[in-house]
Amino acid sequence: MTATLGARPAPGRGRARARHRLTVLGFMTPAIIGFVLFFGYPLVATVVFSFTKYDLINAPEFAGLDNYAFMFKDPLFTKAIQNTLWFVVVLTFARTVFALGVASVIARLKSGVGLIRTLCYLPSLAPPVAATLVFFMVLRPNGGPFATVLGWFGLDSPLWFSDPSWAKPGITAIMLWISGDLMIIILAAILDVPQEQYEAAELDGAGPIRRWWHVTLPTISPVLLFGIVNSVILALQLFTQAVVAGSAGSGSADSTGSTKYLGFPDNSTLTFPVYLYTQGFRYFDMGYAAAMATVLFVISFAVTIVLVQRMRKGSAAEEGGPGA
Amino acid sequence: MTATLTKPPVDVSTEPEQPKKPRDTRGILTWVATHALGLVLGLMFATPVLFVFLTAVMSDDQAFTSDLWPREWHWNNFIGVFDKAPLFQYLFNSLTYSLLATAGMLISSIPAAYALAKLKWRGRNVAFLLVIGAMMLPPQVVAVPLYDTWSSLGLTGTLVPLIAPYFLFDAFSIFLLRQFMLTIPQSYVDAARVDGCSEFQALVRIIVPMAKPGIAATALFCFLFTWNDYFGPLLYTGEVKEQWTLSLALATFKGMHIVQWNSAMAVTFLTMIPAIILFIFAQKSFVKGITFTGVKG
Repeated sequence: MTATLGARPAPGRGRARARHRLTVLGFMTPAIIGFVLFFGYPLVATVVFSFTKYDLINAPEFAGLDNYAFMFKDPLFTKAIQNTLWFVVVLTFARTVFALGVASVIARLKSGVGLIRTLCYLPSLAPPVAATLVFFMVLRPNGGPFATVLGWFGLDSPLWFSDPSWAKPGITAIMLWISGDLMIIILAAILDVPQEQYEAAELDGAGPIRRWWHVTLPTISPVLLFGIVNSVILALQLFTQAVVAGSAGSGSADSTGSTKYLGFPDNSTLTFPVYLYTQGFRYFDMGYAAAMATVLFVISFAVTIVLVQRMRKGSAAEEGGPGA
Repeated sequence: MTATLTKPPVDVSTEPEQPKKPRDTRGILTWVATHALGLVLGLMFATPVLFVFLTAVMSDDQAFTSDLWPREWHWNNFIGVFDKAPLFQYLFNSLTYSLLATAGMLISSIPAAYALAKLKWRGRNVAFLLVIGAMMLPPQVVAVPLYDTWSSLGLTGTLVPLIAPYFLFDAFSIFLLRQFMLTIPQSYVDAARVDGCSEFQALVRIIVPMAKPGIAATALFCFLFTWNDYFGPLLYTGEVKEQWTLSLALATFKGMHIVQWNSAMAVTFLTMIPAIILFIFAQKSFVKGITFTGVKG
């Protein structure tokens, strides 16, 4: 401390620095306390709990690696991993491609842009519970509007949320309906592609499709990567739609008493977070839930690192450039 | 997006490519095709809500049939659902959660975002990375110890565990506000400092007024996120019906409170109205805020 002060000729400067530090600390204190209380502590505690047997009533009991070992013997754990993996692959692909497609169409509209954009975006603001019930009603196989319209063409509707092989596609349909936020992000990126690039491509004789493929896509690829990472995170966290679709599909939508119906039909909607919730807060097997949370943490941490690295690259490229 | 609008329109220098004659007919065809596609897309997004609305105004009997169009318009279904479930209680809980959380978020996040965007200090980059990490973390990861703590404080079954964190730390809001504040030129802050403003005064008098659109967008997102939240209320108030929010209650309607489709859809429709109203009044803030989360990562 004295060494630092001695090195500085003006003592007033040192005081100003100390004051600056105090200001920063003043602005950051609530956030620091909040981060420690709601992220730092619980993260450490989750890992600690994961090595115990704990039912919330009796004191935690050290259990070594029992919880982790049990994962390999637990068929429902495997099922939950498979379901979430399904969403990570299918939902990520479908959501990114769908949002890109819709945004590309909107970007080419000359009139009615505002209206179409609003119609595409609005569903994403609906409460996820409401969005799920909307699809549950529209897709219901007996008398639902979708089945009725299919009936006009002599087609049978799938059973959607009552059929183990159609429940996940049904949830994916909901997720696409509420993907308006990603559409807006991609649309903004497409509209930001410098016009000169299109003109240059056009002079080279490229048609609209080739211009889209060779100019639009490469230019917006950072935003597409954001969309992919964002969708992966969404898929990893998928909870609300799965719980509501499962309990509505089972015909017993009771938030407190539907333990046996979570994952309906046939555990096809039992995503990893849903299973974690079931073990921890329905069966009060907190140790096992904490072990699952630790696994989920490791996975989402890896995904976050990908995103952060992409952002670092993005901001390095943007340095000195005009703000968006 | 605004940047696009200010970009110079197609230059005269590109005009010479006019001679390509077939462009006209093909241009019209492309125009028709894209606009037809756009219209279809718009309708595709709108029809589910349309069906919900049409079902909501059907009679009890008709709602069970496969009819798409109501024979009679039962507008009072929207009022009748208030007798079938304590919707006002749920509405009150939802508003308590959303409004208090948003207020708390503004108090805690604006100073933190300012420190991350406009002050220079060692550890700032690390702090920002931690904010991003917290933002990406699935809420289920930290649920076990948090529930354990709130439960030992005797606060499970109330809205406190949902609201309290916002008064200290909300990662997404800090992130979004910081992104907005970065776009305010540093020279404004420097000028305020030269004029003898303290950092606090610079924040309150210069940054906050200039960042109003960003603050509005962040508040909107915070309000909607809490309004739409399902996991939080389920975790902490699932067992205590008097504390249920609309989202949580809605999840139980089809089956528990309400068997008829028309009533279930009437409630579903009602819960979507706040978002629609907010959007109509603040469309620009939404679009701007959404864009900021992605493009300027």
